[in-house]
Amino acid sequence: MKGNFLSFVKKESLHILRDSRTMLVVMLIPVVLMILFGFAISTEVNNVNVAVVAPERTDGVRDAVERISRNDYFTFKGYINNDQIDEYLRSGKVVAVVVFASDYDRRAAQAAAGVATKPIIQVIVDASNVNTAGSATMYLQNILLGSASAQSMFETRMLFNPQMKSAYNFVPGIMGLIFILVCAMMTSVSIVREKEVGTMEVLLVSPVRPFKIIFAKMIPYFAISCIVLITILLLARYLLGVPMSGGVWGIFSLSLLYLVLSLALGLLVSTIASTQVAALLVSAMVMMMPILMLSGLLFPIENLPTFFRVVSNIVPARWYIDAVRKMMIQGVPIVAVWENCVILLGMTVALLGVSLKKFNDRLE
Amino acid sequence: MYAIEVNNLTKSYGEVRALDGVSFAVRRGELFGLIGPDGAGKSTLFRLLTTLLRPDGGEAKVDGLDIVKDYLAIRSRVGYMPGRFSLYPDLSVEENLSFFAALFGVKAEESYDLIEPIYKQIEPFRTRRAGKLSGGMKQKLALSCALIHRPSVLFLDEPTTGVDAVSRSEFWDMLAGLKQRGITILVSTPYMDEASRCDRIALCNEGRILGIDTPADIVSNFNSRLYGISSERTFALLEAARAQRGVVECYPFGECHHLVVDEQFDVAQFTASLSDFNDLVIKQVEPTIEDMFIKLMKR
Repeated sequence: MKGNFLSFVKKESLHILRDSRTMLVVMLIPVVLMILFGFAISTEVNNVNVAVVAPERTDGVRDAVERISRNDYFTFKGYINNDQIDEYLRSGKVVAVVVFASDYDRRAAQAAAGVATKPIIQVIVDASNVNTAGSATMYLQNILLGSASAQSMFETRMLFNPQMKSAYNFVPGIMGLIFILVCAMMTSVSIVREKEVGTMEVLLVSPVRPFKIIFAKMIPYFAISCIVLITILLLARYLLGVPMSGGVWGIFSLSLLYLVLSLALGLLVSTIASTQVAALLVSAMVMMMPILMLSGLLFPIENLPTFFRVVSNIVPARWYIDAVRKMMIQGVPIVAVWENCVILLGMTVALLGVSLKKFNDRLE
Repeated sequence: MYAIEVNNLTKSYGEVRALDGVSFAVRRGELFGLIGPDGAGKSTLFRLLTTLLRPDGGEAKVDGLDIVKDYLAIRSRVGYMPGRFSLYPDLSVEENLSFFAALFGVKAEESYDLIEPIYKQIEPFRTRRAGKLSGGMKQKLALSCALIHRPSVLFLDEPTTGVDAVSRSEFWDMLAGLKQRGITILVSTPYMDEASRCDRIALCNEGRILGIDTPADIVSNFNSRLYGISSERTFALLEAARAQRGVVECYPFGECHHLVVDEQFDVAQFTASLSDFNDLVIKQVEPTIEDMFIKLMKR
C-alpha cells in the first residue's frame, strides 16, 4: 500500500506542475510581497526635506544643520527667512522647518553653565501626513538634542530595530499571510475541485480511505510551502537584512507547525464548501480578512477595540506572527515564545480533529 | 445467487422522492439495463448501489454484501463509471490509467488482458491529456479505468450520453465482450434504442420501476394493435386522430404518430372520417420498447 500512496502524491504533483500559471503565482507572490513591503511600501521616513530659519548662523546653529544634513533621512534645503516658512510648507518644498532663536548660542552656553533655561528650538512640521510628521519630529528631536551644545532633556533609544525599518515588521506578517494562502486556500480548492469535477465519486468507490487520498494531496502543497518558506527567509536575511538573531531553526520549526495548521484549515474549508468558488470565497473571507485585520499584520493588536482584540485570539496568524516577530527581530529563542507554540499546536490538533470528523466518505 | 438484489429501496432529497420503492434483481453475468428519461432516479439508484448514498428505506445487496453495513467491502469489488466524465483532464491517458490502478492497489499490466479490447483503441493517444480526447475516446478510457481492478459488478451510469452514434454502437459491442467474461453489468440509458442490447431491462420513471423483462418480452407484452399515421399537417392530425372511435392513445413518434387502438377500431372507418387529410398514410407497425414505455407510463 506504500507504493500506491506515493502514486497519489505523484498524481497530485502532476496536477500542480501542469497548472503552471498557479504555480508561478504561488512562487512569485511571496517575492513580490517581500519586495513591495520591504522597499516600496514603507512607513519609515526617508528623504525628508528640511529648511532652517536662523537669524544668526552661529556655531551652534551650524552644528545642528550639519547633523541634519549628514543624516540619511533628511535633506537640508537651505536657510530661509521667517516669512518664507508658510510658503515653503504649503508648496511642499519642505516637510519640516527648524527655527532657531537669534540668541541660541548664548542661551545654550548659559544653560550649560546652569544660569538660564534651555534654549528653545521650534520645529514646524507639515502634519498632513501623520506618519511622516510623527517620525520626522521624533528624528529631528533626537538629532537636535544630541547636539553638543544643547543639554539633553531625555534620551530615546530604539532597541532591536533602531532605524525603525518597516520590513522588519512586515516579514513575519507576510509569512503569516502567505502560508495560509498557499496551504489553506490551495488545498481546499484542490480537494473541492475533485468534488466539483466528479472525480471524488470515483475516488470514494475504491478501497482507499479518503483521508489517505487527502493526505497525499497535502504533501506537494506542504513541499511548495517549504520552498516558499526558505525563499522568504533567504530574502528577509540577505535582501532586507532582517537580523534573525534568535536563530533560524526556531523560526523554521514554528513555521512548519504553522504550515500543518494551515493545511488543516484548508481541509476544514473543503468539507464545508462544495464548489471551488465557494472554497475561494470562504478562504478569502474567513481567513484573509482576519489575518489582515486582526493578526497585527497591519494594525497593532493593542490598538484594536476590545471586541476585536478578544476575537483576534482565535486567529492563528496572530500567535504565529507575534512569535516570529519576537524571534526574528528581538532575537529571542523559540523557548521564549512557548506559549504561542502551545496555542498553535492546540489549534492544529483541534482543526485536524474537527475536519477529519467532518470529512464524509459518502456523498451526503 | 444474484449479483445485485434491490428490495423496496427509497431515497428522498428533501421533498423530492428520487426513488419510491424500487425492487429488482440482477443475475450473475447479466447485462441489465435501466431505461428511463432524466429524473427517473437512475443516478440515485447507482449512487445507492455504489454506497455513495445511504437509502432512506429498503435494502440492497451487491455481490451478496449489504450496501449499508458492508459498504467498504463493496467499494473494492465494483467498478463505477459516473454519469459525467470523471477522470483527470490534466493527466494523460496513461497517467489516468495507472492512477486508477494504484487506487485499487493493482498494476495496470495485470488487468491488461481484460481491458485490451477497449484500451488498444486509445493506446495510440496514451500521452495525450484526457481532457483533449473526443467524447468516444474519453468514454473508452473511463471504462478502462473502471475495469482496471477486475470488478465483479460494473455500474455504468448513462455511459453513452453525449457520444456519437458509431461510438455508442461500439461501446455496446464492448459491453457484450465484458459480459462474455462473466462480469455483471448494470447500465442505464435514456436511449430506448439501446435497450435491445441488454439481456433484461427495467423501465423506470419518476422513481418507480414500470416493468422488468427481456427486451423481446417487453415488446411482445404490448398486446394492442399499433398503427403509424402521418400527414403534412402533423399537429392537426394528432388532435383529430385522438377523437376517433377505438383510439386509445395517439402520440408523436419520430416522423409519424403512433396510434394505439382497441377492438372497436376499424381502419376503413378511421380513414373515412379523416378524409380531409388527403395525404394521410396509415399502416400497422410493430411496437417498440418506447411504445411499451409510454403505455406503462400512462397507466
